[in-house]
Amino acid sequence: MTQPKTAATLLSAMWFAAAISLPAEAVSDNAKAKRSFFSNLPEVEIHGFYEMRAGYRLRKDRYEKDMSIMENRFQLDLSSYLDWGDIKFKGDVFGDLVTEQADFDLREANIFTRPFDFMDLKVGRQVLTWGTGDLVFINDLFPKDWQSFFIGRDAEYLKAPSDAVKVSLFSDFANLDVVYTPQFDPDRFISGERISYWNSNLGRLAGEDAIIHTDKPNRWFRDSEIAARLYKNIKNYEFAIYGYRGFWKSPSGQNAAMTQVLFPDLNVYGASVRGALGKGIANLEIGYYDSADDQGGKDFLVENSQMRYLVGYTQEIGRDFTAGLQFYVEQMLDYRQYKRNLPAGPAKDRDRHVVTLRLTKLLMNQNLRCSLFTYFSPTDKDVYMRPNVHYKVSDNLAVEAGANIFFGDYQHTFFGQFRNNTNIYTGIRYSF
Amino acid sequence: MKAICIITFVLVFSLPIFAADEPNSATEIPDINIIVNKANFVAYYQGNDGKARVKMTITSKQGQTREREFIILRRDDQDGGDQKYFVYFHKPVDVRKMVYMVHKHAQLQKDDDRWLYLPALDLVKRIAAGDKRTSFVGSDFLYEDVSGRSLEEDTHELVDVNDFLFVVKNVPKNPDTVEFGYYNVAIDRTNFVPMKMKFFDKQGKLHRVIESRKVEVIQDFPTVVKSIVSDLKTGNKTEMEFSDVKYNIGLDEDMFTERYLRRPPREAMR
Repeated sequence: MTQPKTAATLLSAMWFAAAISLPAEAVSDNAKAKRSFFSNLPEVEIHGFYEMRAGYRLRKDRYEKDMSIMENRFQLDLSSYLDWGDIKFKGDVFGDLVTEQADFDLREANIFTRPFDFMDLKVGRQVLTWGTGDLVFINDLFPKDWQSFFIGRDAEYLKAPSDAVKVSLFSDFANLDVVYTPQFDPDRFISGERISYWNSNLGRLAGEDAIIHTDKPNRWFRDSEIAARLYKNIKNYEFAIYGYRGFWKSPSGQNAAMTQVLFPDLNVYGASVRGALGKGIANLEIGYYDSADDQGGKDFLVENSQMRYLVGYTQEIGRDFTAGLQFYVEQMLDYRQYKRNLPAGPAKDRDRHVVTLRLTKLLMNQNLRCSLFTYFSPTDKDVYMRPNVHYKVSDNLAVEAGANIFFGDYQHTFFGQFRNNTNIYTGIRYSF
Repeated sequence: MKAICIITFVLVFSLPIFAADEPNSATEIPDINIIVNKANFVAYYQGNDGKARVKMTITSKQGQTREREFIILRRDDQDGGDQKYFVYFHKPVDVRKMVYMVHKHAQLQKDDDRWLYLPALDLVKRIAAGDKRTSFVGSDFLYEDVSGRSLEEDTHELVDVNDFLFVVKNVPKNPDTVEFGYYNVAIDRTNFVPMKMKFFDKQGKLHRVIESRKVEVIQDFPTVVKSIVSDLKTGNKTEMEFSDVKYNIGLDEDMFTERYLRRPPREAMR
């Protein structure tokens, strides 16, 4: 569900060009300006990569193509550092044989400035992350791209960009980040395009035959999101509390006619701590998901409120060999109301438990990285595994191969619904 | 990633050398504890802070080369005590703008605190303490070469003295925790700069050599600006060159916090 937002992109590109040429225009004397125009232009660092990636499904999926990814991608990454701040532009052009389309994805277009000693400001399109989970998110309510994640793009693409203003304030007491997104930025969620999924209305798996139609909140300033984090480091134990006011990031409701999925109102309050424990790093995070459109839990069309808990531990268990274990619980509140009001179809359990295990081993002077990330849910009885082998042939060239493996006892569970999307992929990337 | 290790090494070799008040006369030989303490001080704790641009060239036995380029900032909390390091990567390009930060703790039983910032994800990652005898960023330098090995880990013995050098033999107190049997360090008598380190395996065979190839005086501090490590077992070599070395630049303690991980100080970027 990429949204090119072409106009916004063009604007940002023009804006980028204008911004970096500002210092040159500021020179009043014409002759001097001519002479020094090029020397006055700020230095622009130009980087990026070219990548080819191919992947296939290992199981027949009657709703999707056999090809899971067949992509050529070019990323251009421009940055410039001026006296008053930094300007950044990063965009991808890619062509894909699965969708038979070429597309542009503007990843970043922003200005960073430090107007006061106690304040940082970042305005524009940006990638945002906070929280302590490893591929599990509670208080990080910035948009994710689940489609990219499941079809085997680089892990960088799990984070979709936000069009936002980030204000950071620093003090001895604590630090505060506030992110304001004037128009709701949803996840790039599983819509049936490229990835088949469980459609509860149809009572079966579906895909390209039943693309999800959404009614997305999209009014500027009225359908906005605000996220805040107050954090403090005490003897290298990192404490944080979080707040969010906005919408469920992936569809979590339907209209009464059940023809469109909705993004109901959501408020989240949470906290986390992270720090050294024994030989490793431990993290703890909780969040209360207040589903504001269904506070009693009676509306079966809207997701119930939840409590979410995460505890994790990472440790080096051998030479260049690291293991990370996490335990995650999603607990539905008002479960009795949910059961009472549920129409026909399989009911969810009250609690969803997920265990994740990450294993990473570096070999051959750290040029070869073998990793496996596994999600396992004992309550849903489903599994998602992400094996990956990545080799750096040279400083510029890297090759990789990996898989996204789903299995489960039931068709309707979180990972079980994706079982026909199990795929393998390979890629080659030249960075410059 | 293991990039952490490099920092310490860089620090050690880039730090100002202890300037002895008077040149030692050939006959005057200080106590072994004074020698190792001075060398350790020179290697890791000169100046209140420092900055260097580091270029590493890793050459395999087959002649294939890989490059690392980064800027390292160091600040001492107190001389001989805790330190903070900030490493901003310029090369290779796939890790460009990545930041590795260490709060190094001098106490033996306390592990260092380490962070990694991945700019493409805007992710601040905490890294678990690791085996200090593993490679730093895939080079032949080990974490401990970079971050320093506590004097308390080894016993020290002065095994040779000539007109220019003290040679100190260091034997680990816990041999099971390291891959070597012992190592000898040749220390310049005039400025206490470690000039050559030879590591011998448990059978007593030489397997690893670190040499200071070029020493310059910067802001009155003798500074190793080029060093080479040779791994005699694998046949690989790593050369490390320092440029733009500056001492006492007034780095603020705040520069070693999450704020600057997410947006590095200008000092680290160029």
